[in-house]
Amino acid sequence: MLSVEKLTKVYRTGDKALTDVSFEVPKGQVVGLIGPSGAGKSTLIRCVNRLVEPTEGTVRLNDLDVTRLRSGELRRARRRIGMIFQEYALVERLTVMENVLSGRLGYVPFWRSFTRRFPGEDIAKAFRLLDRVGLSAHADKRADALSGGQRQRVGIARALEQDPELLLIDEPTASLDPKTSRQIMRLIVEICRERGLPAIINIHDVVLAQQFADRIIGLQAGRVVFDGGPAMLTEEALTRIYGEEDWTAMQQSAAEDEAAEAEERAEAKKMMRAL
Amino acid sequence: MTVRDISAAEAPIWHHRTPAGRLALYAGWLGLVALFVWCWNLMTERTMWVFVYDAPTAAADLMNRAWPPRWSYMERLWGPLWDTINIATLGTLLGIVLAVPLAFLAASNTTPSRLILRPFALFCIVASRSINSLIWALLLVSILGPGILAGILAIGFRSVGFIGKLLYEAIEETDASQVEAVAATGASQAQVLNYAVVPQVLPSFYGISVFRWDINIRESAILGLVGAGGIGAQLQASLNVLAWPQVTLIIIVILGTVVVSEWVSARVRHAII
Amino acid sequence: MSDAASPAYPTRWKRPPQMVTSRFWRHALTIGALVYLVLAIGTVEVNWQRVMVGLERGQRFVAGFLQPDFTSRWRDISTGLIESLTMTLTSTVVGVLISVPIGIGAARNIAPAWLYMICRGIIAVSRALQEIIIAIFFVALFGFGAFAGFLTLSFATIGFIAKLLAEDIEDIDEAQAEAIRATGASWVQVINYGIQPQVMPRLIGLSLYRLDINFRESAVIGIVGAGGIGATLNTSLSRYEYDSAGAILIIIIAIVMLSEYSSGYLRRWVQ
Repeated sequence: MLSVEKLTKVYRTGDKALTDVSFEVPKGQVVGLIGPSGAGKSTLIRCVNRLVEPTEGTVRLNDLDVTRLRSGELRRARRRIGMIFQEYALVERLTVMENVLSGRLGYVPFWRSFTRRFPGEDIAKAFRLLDRVGLSAHADKRADALSGGQRQRVGIARALEQDPELLLIDEPTASLDPKTSRQIMRLIVEICRERGLPAIINIHDVVLAQQFADRIIGLQAGRVVFDGGPAMLTEEALTRIYGEEDWTAMQQSAAEDEAAEAEERAEAKKMMRAL
Repeated sequence: MTVRDISAAEAPIWHHRTPAGRLALYAGWLGLVALFVWCWNLMTERTMWVFVYDAPTAAADLMNRAWPPRWSYMERLWGPLWDTINIATLGTLLGIVLAVPLAFLAASNTTPSRLILRPFALFCIVASRSINSLIWALLLVSILGPGILAGILAIGFRSVGFIGKLLYEAIEETDASQVEAVAATGASQAQVLNYAVVPQVLPSFYGISVFRWDINIRESAILGLVGAGGIGAQLQASLNVLAWPQVTLIIIVILGTVVVSEWVSARVRHAII
Repeated sequence: MSDAASPAYPTRWKRPPQMVTSRFWRHALTIGALVYLVLAIGTVEVNWQRVMVGLERGQRFVAGFLQPDFTSRWRDISTGLIESLTMTLTSTVVGVLISVPIGIGAARNIAPAWLYMICRGIIAVSRALQEIIIAIFFVALFGFGAFAGFLTLSFATIGFIAKLLAEDIEDIDEAQAEAIRATGASWVQVINYGIQPQVMPRLIGLSLYRLDINFRESAVIGIVGAGGIGATLNTSLSRYEYDSAGAILIIIIAIVMLSEYSSGYLRRWVQ
């Protein structure tokens, strides 16, 4: 379980990115974090694993106060938090397998990672995860030889290789086409269900968020302005989050993807059967 | 309107100058001409013009004496040529060994200390770069005595600045999101370098090293002039006794080596990139 | 879906080789490199006695570098410095003036084929030879002193500037030159209107860069008798006057850094 209390982040330039953000994420819950760009979504999830240092407030992961850890302890805490990135952030020139195994870096000593001699169970787990995300044939390829959707699957496998207790997911679909976006979102949610993993998904696409998340948190200028189930996300609530923004455009594009989605659902079933 | 007028009238337009600016521009050119004349006079103060006027005859004479090259001298050049290649290669390796840690200290995103180690590394790089390898050789021969070792060290010390500068720029250009992603898994500093930074700079590292090796082949060919071993020593010896046919042969050999090394380096760089 | 039903996954994984995929060649290259290293290191003869003496000299050099002596050899130093600086400036100016027509002639898009071949030939010769080797010949022809150095640097400048200038001209926006040509302009006018404005700032930048290089080189060619500060440095080192040598090196480093900084600044200002 993750609990965030009164989290505040002020950048050195004086910009206030987050103000008094508090919420709790119980085991197995998938939270969609929405809000206009610049609302502090990206800062918020980076404060959880302290890629960005919060100014005030606490972040607790299963009773461990992450905000108070020193560097060695912080590394051990980061092992328990998997992260998936917007532009995949794979190490392009390493193989797919090395990228997945890099999820174990926090667990192995330097010489083992340097010589690429990871323990047998780590390697077996990496193969199993690649199989799970449908890339078992690509283990020896270099990451920059894959398509966008495939790279994001590698990113998911890398995060799961850590055996995380929490997933932080930063705009997982921002560089993907609509069909692939849905496949990736479905995969993420399925995996969270299988493992009872809590996840915070930072996402700009409200329709995707509504479709896949158990709960939506809306950020506006660094403050939580909405917190509730996807069904409660009314027109009025969205205006509160996004201001004067026009909704119809976003919903229209969702309707256009309908056809693609039917196809993709069939594919997902096929994948499930294969497993 | 003559062509000259147009170019003069147009100059201010590309530079966006006002009439005053145009005047400054003219004054600048005039100043340059005056400076040139003044420097010319200073430089030629001690020139013996007799020699200069005599140069065409001297050139013809030299051509006569230097051609044909003395091919039989080749058998005495294989050893020095082998030394030259060794100086270049071992010197490049030494340069790499010294430059890699300096580059990581100098790059603003990997340096462990911004206030002490980074300026120190940058200073080493600048100092190494501003001293020509021949001057390094001069210095090292004076300290260590003549021989290959001085040549290797000279090439190595000069290469540090070159490789270090290009490498630290490459490190600073790495994609920060890949570094962030590896750090987010709980990896230690060393592991982040190994998994996120090194794979990104490796291609430029190979390219830079091979490029420098190519330059070092050229430079090591002449280090012998100051006693640092290799084929340049043979050149110096031949010059001392005015054995011009040997000099011609040595220069042909040097040119051949340079062409071959350039070809090798182009091929290798092409294969990597 | 469950772990029990899943196939057994391998517990070993080896990174596939990235650059040389053939096993034979990988081993051959490794062994070849090792053999070469052993042989090459074997050729390095180290006379340890000489090195021990050298270490003491090295200490004296470091001491000389830290406490440089500018005064006792100041006459030699200043003569060498003036020669180096004047040589640098005059050779850059003359070199650039000669490079411009050669560079234009070596640009494939505006020069006729025969001219292109000649100019490329000149550039190739100038670039293939080290400055120091050229200097040896010019010293033999024109006698010792700064004039031979001046000729050397001018010659080297031609290869450098003309090549880069030719590449710049080849890279220019064809449309602009084409537009000028369409007005019925002559060849000279095409160059003046269509090409000069595009290439001029780059040419000034290159000249400043070359000025920088020429100074560094002027510190070296004195070793073979072509005048300049290199000759002074050579003399002081062969006399083991490390404090004067230290002073000269400090002057060289200072001028190089100063000129690198100021030419970088000027180039930004021009472009």
